[in-house]
Amino acid sequence: MADLYTVNKSPFEKNSLKDAIRFSGEGASILLIEDGVYGAVSGTAAEGLVTGASGKKFYALRSDVKARGIAEDRLIDGVELVDYAGFVDLVESTDKVQAWL
Amino acid sequence: MKLSVQVNEGPYQHQASDTAYHFTKAALEKGHDVFRVFFYHDGVLNGTRLTTPPQDDRNIVNRWVELAEKYDLDLVLCVAAAQRRGIVDDGEAERNGKDATNIAPKFRISGLGQLIEAAIQSDRLVVFGD
Repeated sequence: MADLYTVNKSPFEKNSLKDAIRFSGEGASILLIEDGVYGAVSGTAAEGLVTGASGKKFYALRSDVKARGIAEDRLIDGVELVDYAGFVDLVESTDKVQAWL
Repeated sequence: MKLSVQVNEGPYQHQASDTAYHFTKAALEKGHDVFRVFFYHDGVLNGTRLTTPPQDDRNIVNRWVELAEKYDLDLVLCVAAAQRRGIVDDGEAERNGKDATNIAPKFRISGLGQLIEAAIQSDRLVVFGD
């Protein structure tokens, strides 16, 4: 089974999203939390990280998206929003969790 | 599922203490077993009872205490990180000749072995921090 990667920093601040995508295997799930949710916004200079990644599934924490005033229709197609309970479900359904701090 | 949580960041710094709390709470509410929450590095600052945030702000320390009381959580502060940052319980006060303690209820100070044990005993270890 594939792993879950959490990314909590903006792609405009750190390379953690880029690195998580690069090092995660086929079928990995990548959950964007905290400032990491900026990586899920379409039309930015960083959107290619997510749109160009193949074989990965992207999630973003809904409350963190909302807290930053990001409208849901601005998210990159295919990014799925989850709440904290959904975060727990992702942890359960994947093999292990790697926090890409 | 049996989970453990590691918190590496202090409260009111960025968001890791908040995310860790909400994740832990959600896991408990879903019926999962949280074996231990281990606070490391600046994360040990989550365990001082002397914090006084403004009344209209969340009280991160009390929130952990209340969750621990409700679910009998094991909240462990890393001893070396706590000593460096001045988080003191009765044992540490006596051992190091300190004139006060400041550890919050339900928290305890212990060693890094507690983190290793949590990782071994749990199905997943989820890490929050900077």
